[in-house]
Amino acid sequence: MTMATAVKTQSQGRRLDLQVIGPIIALIALILIGMALNSNFLSYANITNVLARSAFIGIIAVGMTFVITAGGLDLSVGSMAAFVAGLMILVMNVLTDTMGVTLPVILLGIALALIAGVIAGLINGLLITKVGIEAFIVTLGTMGIYRSLITWLADGGTLSLGFEMRELYRPVYYGGIMGISWPIIAFVVIAILGEVVMRHTAFGRHCAAIGSNERVARYSSIAVLKVRLATYVLLGLLVGFAVVMYVPRLGSASASTGLLWELEAIAAVIIGGTLLKGGFGRIWGTVVGVLILSLIGNILNLTDFVSPYLNGAIQGVVIVLAVVLQRKSAADR
Amino acid sequence: MSAVNTAPSSAPILALSGVTRSFGPIEILHGVDFALRPGEIHALIGENGAGKSTTMKILGGYLDPTTGEVTCDGQSVRFVNSDAAEDKGIVMIHQEFNLAEDLAVDQNVFLGRELRRGWRLDHKAMRSRTADLLTRLQCRVDPAAKVNRISVPDKQMVEIAKALSRDLRVLIMDEPTAVLTERECEILFTQIERLRAEGVAILYTSHKLGEIKRICDRVTVLRDGTMVKSAPVADITEEQMAAAMVGRDLSDLYPAKPVAGPDTVLEVENLSVPGVVSGANLVLKRGEVLGIGGLIGAGRTELAEAIAGLRPRHGTVRLLGHDLPAGLVQAAVEAGLAYLTEDRKGAGLLLDKGLRENLTLPLLHKFGKIMIDRKAEEAALDKAISDFAIRAPQRSMRVGDLSGGNQQKLLLAKTLLSDPQVVIIDEPTRGIDIGTKQQIYALIADLAEQGRSVIVISSEMPELIGLASRVVVMHGGKIAGELEGDQVAEGAIVRLAMGLGEHQEEAVA
Repeated sequence: MTMATAVKTQSQGRRLDLQVIGPIIALIALILIGMALNSNFLSYANITNVLARSAFIGIIAVGMTFVITAGGLDLSVGSMAAFVAGLMILVMNVLTDTMGVTLPVILLGIALALIAGVIAGLINGLLITKVGIEAFIVTLGTMGIYRSLITWLADGGTLSLGFEMRELYRPVYYGGIMGISWPIIAFVVIAILGEVVMRHTAFGRHCAAIGSNERVARYSSIAVLKVRLATYVLLGLLVGFAVVMYVPRLGSASASTGLLWELEAIAAVIIGGTLLKGGFGRIWGTVVGVLILSLIGNILNLTDFVSPYLNGAIQGVVIVLAVVLQRKSAADR
Repeated sequence: MSAVNTAPSSAPILALSGVTRSFGPIEILHGVDFALRPGEIHALIGENGAGKSTTMKILGGYLDPTTGEVTCDGQSVRFVNSDAAEDKGIVMIHQEFNLAEDLAVDQNVFLGRELRRGWRLDHKAMRSRTADLLTRLQCRVDPAAKVNRISVPDKQMVEIAKALSRDLRVLIMDEPTAVLTERECEILFTQIERLRAEGVAILYTSHKLGEIKRICDRVTVLRDGTMVKSAPVADITEEQMAAAMVGRDLSDLYPAKPVAGPDTVLEVENLSVPGVVSGANLVLKRGEVLGIGGLIGAGRTELAEAIAGLRPRHGTVRLLGHDLPAGLVQAAVEAGLAYLTEDRKGAGLLLDKGLRENLTLPLLHKFGKIMIDRKAEEAALDKAISDFAIRAPQRSMRVGDLSGGNQQKLLLAKTLLSDPQVVIIDEPTRGIDIGTKQQIYALIADLAEQGRSVIVISSEMPELIGLASRVVVMHGGKIAGELEGDQVAEGAIVRLAMGLGEHQEEAVA
């Protein structure tokens, strides 16, 4: 019997290793392919471009990792981002009329984006925890609501920040320190904080416990509803933060802003090895997942080997493959 | 009752001879002989864990005997699965119904054996045949009604109709009345007697001895996997049945009983949980081990969970002089009350996580301020492993891979981590080998010795008698009586648990 147990744990250890390094191997393979196909791939400009563009989805995906780890889901983040961006632009334009093109307007805009994100997350979370509606249904509903609201706010077109204000706000996306742009720095900081919270705090442990078995969590005197609510609020806050980084990039928001972000964020979380059914999550995996998804797009854009129109198809294959690998290891158990 | 009792002489339809059954190294059934005859209602009774369900499952084709023989119509048979048994007209109705709740009654009756007309389903034929079956059972359910819309006894009738739809010869019923009200029971009894008159052999289990006396023809008593008595119901009294079910010696499995102190630690007043517990009162002294007995479903777990804040409740719970708010587990834990669940795998431990994560889960805020102090966690695990003699081949292994006994010890360690003054332990030794049982009993006595107070809920009579100096017995959601000192005996507990009322006043007084 001891023999059997030993063998079992051994094979488990090996599988765990593969699960751990799987996404990293895929990322390295992608980088090698990119290097082979285009000499510009590793250039400063390209790397900065890829990372800065991944930052929005990446910041959101960090929050999504907590939601999914606790056994939840949020489909509304893409629309939420668009709506918050539209709201922020509208308010900043109004404030510019009275306060002029000044820093306080930007600070107020940022505060508004963060608060709006928190409130949106709170609405999702309360409907899921207090009213007790399934997360899929709630966020499918709010997804439609926010998408429709931003279309209505923009009257079917585009909401743009005033030109001078755009110039003032621009450095938040394009500036940086020591050649590293702000969105990348923000993404790195949030990813590191997220990893620490997930692995080393009671909140992270509680999320995993709830996703693993909600009853056990409840019987272990964990405030299940509060923790679950907190994951949605955290995600909302991070959506607001992503918007703060996103608005200075184009200075506008429209009905197509943030389209499919929710799916990209969820895909990144899953590719990174977090279980869709909850119970186990890792932030660094999500970061790798985000990078894999954006590198696929980038490589296709840099080469004329495969049409960039096939980007979605290749991403889809990667997502399915990642889930198949997860399923396999679960079945072995 | 015994009007059409032609049975005893006829040959059995289904019989076990010398059947044993082992799970892993542990033998659960030791050579059982059992026969079901046409037109006879045969009761199978015994304490929880005596081997009733195993016997039923072997008869119903759900389990194979390890040794021994199952015969059907005198021929030795080995059922591949329950479907093979059902093809022979042997049907088992589980306590939890096997019905697809969202389908209609007729769809359920013919589930998996749908009648067809060419490649299309023959809805009309299925509906009319279901209607015929239900009429035969005098059940007025519309065959087109969805199962989740009909009452519990009607569901039972649908199960029986399902059984009748294939030439029913043997019906095995696992505690059919556990979920029924008294009136619903009457309807069921009429139907069972009708089936008996039609020559169906019926196996009937129940904890309610009065019922057995009333409707059964023959009773067989199992104790610890052995058949200890088999007699016509007419020749045996309810008291004799109860005595046959229990009657075993207590070995030195149990430590000396601790002596309770004078001061009251926990007071429960007029506690009710809608639908399951009504008007329960309890008092627990310092250093006392109080037992709560009663049948499964008597409301013991619900009472405990309500005290621990895991269920909504009415009434007051006072711990060390402070009222505990209802429905707040955290408050109860902080005040010094911990509850160890009976559902180790479903509510106690995270099976896919390691020992450390499980141990510290309820008390993470005590391990580090913002970041979890992993060293402190490891130290706590070290202490738990040595204090509770947890045997884990590897510290990092999944808790689901531990043996039941080690899981239980880990769960105990986890529950006691908050250093509670009052511990409620629900089924402390369910599914655990005898060696670990003894360790857990010693632990419980130790806790009381240290001045803590323990409530032990158990379905195993010897456990209650061996551990508790005072036992409260529940029946039907109410506290049926209290036994103290020498009164704590199997017969008295069983009588109270079965709702045999005559001792109630005496016990309360």
